[in-house]
Amino acid sequence: MFDALSNRFDAIFTRLRGRGRLSESDVDEVAREIRLALLEADVNVGVVRNFIARVKERATGSDVLKSLTPAQQVIKIVHEELVTTLGGESAKLTMADPPPTVIMLAGLQGSGKTTAAAKLARHLVAQGRRPLLVGADLQRPAAVEQLRTLGAQVDVPVSSQAADPVAVARGGIDDAARLGRDVVIIDTAGRLHVDEELMDELARVHAATRPHDVLLVVDAMTGQEAVSVAEAFHARVPLDGVILTKIDGDARGGAALSVKEVIGRPILFVGVGEKVDDFEAFHPDRMASRILGMGDVLTLIERAEEAYEEDEARRAEEILRKGEFTLEDFLGQMQALKRMGPLKSIMAMLPGVPKELKDADVDDGQLQLVEAIIYSMTPEERRNPAVVNGSRRKRIARGSGRSVQDVNALLNQFRMVQKMMRQVGQGRGKGRLSLPGLPDLSELESLPGPPVDHRPG
Amino acid sequence: MILVVLIAVLAAAVIVAGFVGIVRTRRRPDAEPAPSAVTAEPAVAEEPVVVAPVKEVAPPRLRDRLGKARALVGGYLAELRLRAAIDDQVWDELEEMLIVADVGVSMTATLLDDLRAQAREQAIASADALIDALRADVAERLRSGDQALAQVPGDRNVWMFVGVNGTGKTTTIGKVAEAAVADGASVVLIAADTFRAAAADQLGVWAERAGAQLVRGQEGADPGSVVFDGMDAAAGRDASLVLVDTAGRLHTKVNLMEELKKLRRIVDRTPGALKEVLLVIDATTGQNGLAQARQFSEAVDVTGVVLTKLDGTAKGGIVLAIQHELGIPVKLVGVGEGVGDLLEFDPDEFAGALFA
Repeated sequence: MFDALSNRFDAIFTRLRGRGRLSESDVDEVAREIRLALLEADVNVGVVRNFIARVKERATGSDVLKSLTPAQQVIKIVHEELVTTLGGESAKLTMADPPPTVIMLAGLQGSGKTTAAAKLARHLVAQGRRPLLVGADLQRPAAVEQLRTLGAQVDVPVSSQAADPVAVARGGIDDAARLGRDVVIIDTAGRLHVDEELMDELARVHAATRPHDVLLVVDAMTGQEAVSVAEAFHARVPLDGVILTKIDGDARGGAALSVKEVIGRPILFVGVGEKVDDFEAFHPDRMASRILGMGDVLTLIERAEEAYEEDEARRAEEILRKGEFTLEDFLGQMQALKRMGPLKSIMAMLPGVPKELKDADVDDGQLQLVEAIIYSMTPEERRNPAVVNGSRRKRIARGSGRSVQDVNALLNQFRMVQKMMRQVGQGRGKGRLSLPGLPDLSELESLPGPPVDHRPG
Repeated sequence: MILVVLIAVLAAAVIVAGFVGIVRTRRRPDAEPAPSAVTAEPAVAEEPVVVAPVKEVAPPRLRDRLGKARALVGGYLAELRLRAAIDDQVWDELEEMLIVADVGVSMTATLLDDLRAQAREQAIASADALIDALRADVAERLRSGDQALAQVPGDRNVWMFVGVNGTGKTTTIGKVAEAAVADGASVVLIAADTFRAAAADQLGVWAERAGAQLVRGQEGADPGSVVFDGMDAAAGRDASLVLVDTAGRLHTKVNLMEELKKLRRIVDRTPGALKEVLLVIDATTGQNGLAQARQFSEAVDVTGVVLTKLDGTAKGGIVLAIQHELGIPVKLVGVGEGVGDLLEFDPDEFAGALFA
């Protein structure tokens, strides 16, 4: 996600890095290019104007231009301004005491409210909450049906009994008290921000339920319109935050930058896929790093923490310590890797990955082919691939339905990783962790330990 | 390539996981994160709101429908038109206006470069005339021979609707069906969106309302089998119009695009039946719309665009880039929730609305 934008920034900064001193006209040129990059990414025109003005003002300050590494300074400024524009600190939902907390979702048609409601419910369940979904979308045919189906999938009850949205929403809060539920998530009908009648209805639902959090659901593919939509909704029902959906495509995500800037409310969550658990908290600083091509190591570590069982993590640690890596380990690690999400999304989080690799068409289905080859080997071959001679290769190729070349490619690549692991194992604690085709990962060492898991066990 | 990527990611993952392991041993394992138990796949998006169809009096015009929304931005160009001289500021404001309409940076540059040349040649001197020239140029670019929807009388006409999630495919099909039935056509709706929860139910409501036959499968069923059955049913009924509703999918998902190709192949088993592959695009879509059009076109050879939700303040300028770069014309425009709110595309009115 946001690939196109980060590619543009990458190109701009690569050129910038090549320079020694920067003149004011250099800064102007960079500013112009950043402006185009942001506009192409659908960032709102007005937001771009302010952004560029801020960057320029700071970048032309005398200490920047006179510094020994002006390019680095400018990149730092852009990064900081991006973080500010995206929302500064990570924000959280307001939880009511005493419960129930009432959360209302609103947005245009097709922005993904119903799906976001179910995903949010699942997210809250994982945090130990007991949410209730309320289907107040009585406009779209079968919308409540959809919510019921999704509710069943995430094992959260759905309340929707009445003929008008206000009554449904109020009934939902009563149901929550009856069923002992501590969070009420109200899914409202999609509506256009210029539709007076439906906006009135939304205001009535709001007045009747007094939600603690009103979240605007915004499609990441939205263009310049995102700003007027956010402003119009904010004017009728004071918004507390934003859920950005469908960011798993190749949308450039300009809407994300614009909305926060214009209504001054943070993006709380992002929808990153079609499954109910493809839903993440939003971290502005990490997103800024990702947009600027600096990777997102913190999220990667979090994902690894969730995906790896304890024994697998210990095994990975052992591999790293001893530098011994067999094809059996390879298989095991691949299983865990699959749980971390699509390869492409993991790739996007690694800092400094070459562009060719990032752009590669990665189909996770092909992982099976790799597995098939390894499964066609005997345990001995897996432990010691050196014994795989020509006739064994042919046998493995036949067994897996792949060509001998495929088997060769796998073995060659595997040998490289093995070597790499050995180097990493020896070099650990002594500085550089270098992987061919990968950046210096030694920065992992200097990172603070992964954030403590805050979910109740 | 997959192997290189896999290895790189895997290596990194092992290293990261190794550190996680180290940190965990350091921290002593306490609360283990619970593995996610939910594997079911829900749908992703919603389709637009639908209210009971409005009885139409006269076919609405785009301009009328846009009136209210346009009033919000109307003052913008009126002021610009009054400028006596064409200075840099006029050009800057035109640029900004096009970008705000989601026309896109490079398409805007193309339009303005041509306009500069034209202004020199024809010695255009006032901002007012300049805007009119731009408007005429936009309308001209959007005009193309095959704007009409292909429908051969006496033949089986299959129209397939594709697009990303939440653009309004199901609703558009409902409106098309209702209008076609009213015209005396025998219509079959194929609910090939077996992925999104209750999508077939939604189409079913429309089928009932319109008086069309619905062919559906179980939720989670193979959409190919539903299309196959639907084509069968259409043959048995000798339907004149068959509308295929496909699941919304992001154009970047290789597997889902492959599935779409397969659906098209199944329709193509009845030679010549597939008359239109319509890409439904939401008017609020920004520059990503071009990527959508490119990918869907590569997969299933899109014949036209349906631009929905044009009744808000969004101007849908991305269709200019789609027409310019890919040569795909806009064929239908959605401006509201009633059955009468689906209009044939009129380039002049659209260009007018862009500059209103």
